[in-house]
Amino acid sequence: MSGAAIRLKDLRFSYGETDFSFDAQIAAGEIVALMGASGSGKSTLLNLVAGFETPSSGTVSIGGRDVTVLSPHERPVTMVFQENNLFGHLDIGQNVGLGRSPSLRLTATDRERVSKALAQTGLSGKEKRFPAELSGGERQRAALARALVRDQPVLLLDEPFASLGPALRDDMLDLVSELQAKHGMTTIMVSHHPDDARRISGSVLFLEAGCIVAEGATADLLGDNPPAPIKAYLGRTGGE
Amino acid sequence: MAEGDGALTAGENARARLAETGVWPGKMTLAFLALLCGGALAGLVIEAADNWRTAFALFDAQTMRIAGFTLWQAALSTLLSVLPGLAVARALSRHPAFPGRGMLLRLFAVPLALPAIVAALGVLALYGRAGFLAEPLSLLTEGRWPGIYGLGGILIAHVFFNLPLAARLFLETLETVPADHWRLASQLGMNGRAQWRLIEWPVARSAMAGVSGLVFMLCVTSFVIVLTLGGGPAATTLEVAIYQALRFDFDPARAVGLTLLQLALTGALVFALARIGGRFFEAGTLSVVSRRFAAPGKGETIANTAVLAMAALFVLGPMAAIVAAGMQADLVRLAGESAVLKAAATSLMLALFAAALSAALSLSLVSARYRLAAARGRYGRALLLERLCDSGAALILVVPPIVIGAGWFVLVRHVGDVFAIAPLMVVCVNSAMAMPFVVRTIRPAHDAAASRHDRLAASLGISGLNRLRLIDWPVLKRPLLAGFAFAMALSLGDLGVIALFGSEQVQTLPYLLLARLGSYRTADAAGLALILGVMTLLLMTFAGRIGDRR
Repeated sequence: MSGAAIRLKDLRFSYGETDFSFDAQIAAGEIVALMGASGSGKSTLLNLVAGFETPSSGTVSIGGRDVTVLSPHERPVTMVFQENNLFGHLDIGQNVGLGRSPSLRLTATDRERVSKALAQTGLSGKEKRFPAELSGGERQRAALARALVRDQPVLLLDEPFASLGPALRDDMLDLVSELQAKHGMTTIMVSHHPDDARRISGSVLFLEAGCIVAEGATADLLGDNPPAPIKAYLGRTGGE
Repeated sequence: MAEGDGALTAGENARARLAETGVWPGKMTLAFLALLCGGALAGLVIEAADNWRTAFALFDAQTMRIAGFTLWQAALSTLLSVLPGLAVARALSRHPAFPGRGMLLRLFAVPLALPAIVAALGVLALYGRAGFLAEPLSLLTEGRWPGIYGLGGILIAHVFFNLPLAARLFLETLETVPADHWRLASQLGMNGRAQWRLIEWPVARSAMAGVSGLVFMLCVTSFVIVLTLGGGPAATTLEVAIYQALRFDFDPARAVGLTLLQLALTGALVFALARIGGRFFEAGTLSVVSRRFAAPGKGETIANTAVLAMAALFVLGPMAAIVAAGMQADLVRLAGESAVLKAAATSLMLALFAAALSAALSLSLVSARYRLAAARGRYGRALLLERLCDSGAALILVVPPIVIGAGWFVLVRHVGDVFAIAPLMVVCVNSAMAMPFVVRTIRPAHDAAASRHDRLAASLGISGLNRLRLIDWPVLKRPLLAGFAFAMALSLGDLGVIALFGSEQVQTLPYLLLARLGSYRTADAAGLALILGVMTLLLMTFAGRIGDRR
């Protein structure tokens, strides 16, 4: 598995009072941090890429293929949500197995893939545990494991580590960057924390009021002299 | 630091004082409920002691057969309501947005607001021997359609009430599935069957026991339906047998035996329901539709449409029949008849008193519970008094109205004219009957307001009547009015206690309706049913509207 480039072309969408308009190019195999205040459109952008929202105009292409009209499961995309990634009545092995077969009919190969993914995410031996028996961090690791077994070239992370403490969040980010280095999937990560972006992302897209207002290398945008909108955002949220 | 107890902080002391001042109305309400049930039980016990041979020799074959039928019809009604209810709920949850969905949900809410006697009339007018469907149904049978008196009629009416209830409860449960899970399902490409197996069924299963238990309980204690549609001794439940023992056989000892049996049965059921975490009186609220990403396929859409259309027709049928049959009646003559006018006036008067009493009792319990909970602080354990205030309103579910009525009937018989206390009995029992619903209407608003205002009011020294006028009334008037209207509708359509205590002197509309039905004046009965149905629906709609607007 390797990454695929993502192209959002004149993408427009409106939700209630807000109009969103996105135009962006993300290279294959890149890790991009999506930043901006609440309501600026970070999750909307991810939902448009994943196919959970339908744009009113414009196109989404992944790996050169127009996917705008495809339904979520037809897109070469996998997404990890902030919460509710796991079904409470299924054990961890089954939850990850869903990534191989949506009706949970798993072949021997599938099972092998599942245990390999669990090993990669540090969950070996926890196949039979239920989500309620795991910590918040372990639950998100399981969600990452499922993302891995799906073999999709694009990984979308919708603040999956927001509710974890700083040390745990750093561990998870390191895990993401390790997995990404191994598998090469193009990764878009929504984050509120500049530290998270600095830790793993190569570049940053900064959103404000439904538009991308700044983009560039992480080192430039979150460095000593950020552009005005980012400076204002960092100042408001405390920055460092 | 206040005098006496040095261990209390000033804040705790203030809270404790606040609690003491406001709890007495709640205590009086509990005393009232205890008297209502205690009097009935005393009546039963005294009668049983006088006559214990007769009372207990009654656990004979006939009584056992009645108890058996009570359980059997309830089990069948539950099965026929819950499974189709689940199918309807799933169809509704699979199609979160189609034209008419909102209307369908409102249609399913109507049976909950309709008096049982009105629904029974509707079922008769549609499926009865002379009903609108009698002719087409005659094609199915040899000769003339025999009508639906007996188990068939009871089941149809019970399903009419409980299928929509089950559907709404299951729909609520299905809507607790987080939107993320639907997004996952669509990203993973689960088909309809996989979604059912992996997402919907596990959630529905968790609600299955509670919904089934609730429906079973409602059918075991169903009185009016069985009375009007049972059609004879072969299809009689305990509650109807109690009524017949008191009203027709004048056999109080037999009534005592039956009542004690009914009490044991409902007690056991409530206990079982509480164990399985059943929800006693949580009627559905229409929740916001969460966006669904996994759209059903064409075949499933057709199947779901068929399920919804059949359910809608089934629920709509008796309602349409009430309107059609009612319009055929001579409404103008009925409305001018002095017996009808007198019954309507009596009904309205009794319902007004019952609703006012119910609102006052409920408010006192809600407020006492809140104050006791606040006084104990977050970590203390709830004392008995607080728990009683919490669950006292549900007492009527354990001791059904007919049981209370029967107890007082045999008690008062010793000291005076049973029928003279009819208005008092109706008001008291109907107010208690509405309490679970009224408490649910006012408690959230009361507790939210109290937690915001209590300390402020205390620091400004606003208390007593001033507090009620300036602080509590503006916040609580809407929920109180909604609860009042709800209780009034419930009381207006009720044919429980009045069936026991009614007489020529004291008649309510439902009682008059039953009398006309009993003397085969079917057109009159249909007209009265239409009038009664419209009155309660208007009140219920008003209650819903005013309760929703915050």
